[in-house]
Amino acid sequence: MRKVAIYGKGGIGKSTTTQNLVAGLVELNRKIMVVGCDPKADSTRLLLGGLAQKSVLDTLREEGEDVELNDIRKKGYGGTWCVESGGPEPGVGCAGRGIITSINMLESLGAYEESEGLDYAFYDVLGDVVCGGFAMPIRDGKAEEIYIVVSGEMMAMYAANNISKGICKFAQTGTVRLGGLICNSRAVDNEQEMIEEFAKLLGTKMIYFVPRENDVQRAEINRKTVIEWNPEVPQADVYRNLAKAIDGNKDFVIPTPMDIEELEKLLMQYGLMEAA
Amino acid sequence: MAIATKKKLVQWDPTEIKEELLKKYPPKVARKRAKQILINEAQENETPEIQANVRTIPGIITMRGCTYAGCKGVIMGPTRDIVNLVHGPIGCSFYAWLTRRNQTSAGPDGENYMTYCFSTDMQEQDIIFGGEKKLARAIQEAYDLFHPKSIAVFATCPVGLIGDDIHTVTKNMKEKFGDCNVYAFSCEGYKGVSQSAGHHIANNQVFRHIVGENDEVKPGKFKINLLGEYNIGGDGFEIDRIFKKCGITNIATFSGNSTYDQFASAHTADLNAVMCHRSINYVADMLETKYGIPWIKVNFIGANATAKSLRKIAQYFADKKLIDTVEKVIAEEMPEVEKISREVRTRTEGKTAMMFVGGSRAHHYQELFNEMGMKTISAGYEFAHRDDYEGRQVIPDLKVDADSRNIEELEVEADATRYNPRKSAKEMAALEKAGLKFKDYAGLLPDMAKDTLIIDDLNQYEAEKLVELMRPDIFCAGIKEKYSVQKLGIPMKQLHSYDSGGPYAGFKGAVNFYHEIDRLVNSRVWGYMQAPWQKNPQLSASYNWE
Repeated sequence: MRKVAIYGKGGIGKSTTTQNLVAGLVELNRKIMVVGCDPKADSTRLLLGGLAQKSVLDTLREEGEDVELNDIRKKGYGGTWCVESGGPEPGVGCAGRGIITSINMLESLGAYEESEGLDYAFYDVLGDVVCGGFAMPIRDGKAEEIYIVVSGEMMAMYAANNISKGICKFAQTGTVRLGGLICNSRAVDNEQEMIEEFAKLLGTKMIYFVPRENDVQRAEINRKTVIEWNPEVPQADVYRNLAKAIDGNKDFVIPTPMDIEELEKLLMQYGLMEAA
Repeated sequence: MAIATKKKLVQWDPTEIKEELLKKYPPKVARKRAKQILINEAQENETPEIQANVRTIPGIITMRGCTYAGCKGVIMGPTRDIVNLVHGPIGCSFYAWLTRRNQTSAGPDGENYMTYCFSTDMQEQDIIFGGEKKLARAIQEAYDLFHPKSIAVFATCPVGLIGDDIHTVTKNMKEKFGDCNVYAFSCEGYKGVSQSAGHHIANNQVFRHIVGENDEVKPGKFKINLLGEYNIGGDGFEIDRIFKKCGITNIATFSGNSTYDQFASAHTADLNAVMCHRSINYVADMLETKYGIPWIKVNFIGANATAKSLRKIAQYFADKKLIDTVEKVIAEEMPEVEKISREVRTRTEGKTAMMFVGGSRAHHYQELFNEMGMKTISAGYEFAHRDDYEGRQVIPDLKVDADSRNIEELEVEADATRYNPRKSAKEMAALEKAGLKFKDYAGLLPDMAKDTLIIDDLNQYEAEKLVELMRPDIFCAGIKEKYSVQKLGIPMKQLHSYDSGGPYAGFKGAVNFYHEIDRLVNSRVWGYMQAPWQKNPQLSASYNWE
């Protein structure tokens, strides 16, 4: 089983990209579990067709100790297992601790057992690596492959660089590696070239360039992945190709994060090309 | 052990002892610790500087406690009719429950919550989702069950980490109830360098939320507050007995056997008598600034110190009748005390003591040891600041570091309607001239002999080393040190909780202490530390290849 975590700046499109990518992998007959690690619990909405999913932490709170695997996971599109870690409402409690608890719960209930026949476990993780809890998926080998969703916007790249630092830290003691960058385009000038160069400087590669396309939005409004909503549109092929790229990916590295000056230089170089 | 016993026979040199204590440390640690170990010079006008109230070096097994212990355990723990509710996991609540032996009397109203352990018993779910709702439910439950006048909430470490807004919760509950004062203390254990931070936090909130709530004028001619007396082993009961006999009315004790109403009326007293300078001087200062009540330092540990403190109080009120009554009481009480001390002294004279405790106790108890003819050869505090060692004159020079800045400093102004200087400037000056010092504490150093060792924040290693080198006849500290010291063959007396004894304050307390120390230092039990076969083996043999 490949254990994959998707990180990236908040609002960059991690959940959307993850679910569309999973739909592509389903077409390759892969058996997948998606674990949403966001207190908002919206990481599996497209796979479940908008079905409200009871989160691990809510279940734990209501059922007490008597929790079964099927209380916390739900079958979604193409037989994909969907799990939402859940967490507190904004401004209270400790969401990081929640993620630790729910991943431990999944493990102890045997969600990762060989008998489950999983090819992939995906973790969709909120925002930046903000504290111990959010680093949980990349600690202790919970996730071994990291993909960072990024765009050509400065803050997205800044976050990607920070996440690389987190991976670096945990790579020293564990098995986690960076699998590549997924560029979720924001139609910034020279975006593809810049992210390719950025990936190279991080010691990795841009695994796929996902162009900006309104069909993604349309599918989302229908609570579906693009492939399920309309398998014929060109964007469906984009996600199929992304799935193939990840399925075939064998380059896993310890990233080489940059210092802030280097990062700014890169932005100037590509961002100013047109303007100059 | 044998070597150590011999060592006692030779006159120890304090410089050598200090070197010996530091020898095992890496250079940087030794440098830092050296500043906290002082060889007393006992000079008239200047005292050497000691470093205090700084972080304990990681790796050192300190005698200190945490901020929560200082706030919940020390200051608020002894209050009897306030429901003290701990917001946190159960361990923090359980270990702060009745462990300090501060006694209470339920009083005519029968309200005594001391024997209860109130806790929100936080679970992992409460950490993840936040504990505010659970806290509100717990406050409601306590209110429904007991209808107390007041509920105090204490934050433990995890509460600070997850950011529960305890002050808003308590504010809302207070408004909801209308007849119950609810407030919270942000006294997370990790704050500050020792329990001292917790005292300060407690002082601030008591002053902000309780003092001044009841303006009703209480009967009594000579009204005082006793600050920094925690009624360990019934000390406060003995002091109150003496006050009553003298005709002195104790409006509020901070905080032994205290009630909510005592705190609320504290501003109606005319004098603040400060026992433990370290833990409560903040309240004394604030009461003076806001309400015009002067404060003096007193000490009711030791019969002579008790007499002296009573005379100081009488001198302040400058009332002939009171002065006479105080003298009469002293004359009545002293003969019995002196009779016992004379008798005990035949067995205790010339014996030595060490004390590492508190922020005042290591100073106060020297009075009692002096009365028994015993010498304190080394002493120090766990959580005191420099002014408790060197005297309050150093306060303007104290370095305010980041750890102290982290603790709120209340800005207090004179109350618009209730500020009332109890003595005019002229009267104060006259009293000062007559030898009554206000806002004054000279600290521990001037009262200790030349060449004694004064050590701040002593730790496990140094304590054992010190005992081994100097072999005192008794060692006084807390429960954490008790058994390790006893294993070295030295009797140990707890001066936090008094083991199972007390009271030791006032006249009757002094007598109790003489008997207790006599019993400890003259016990023959320490001669039986080694089993007979350890000294004289019944069998001896040698290996056949020898």
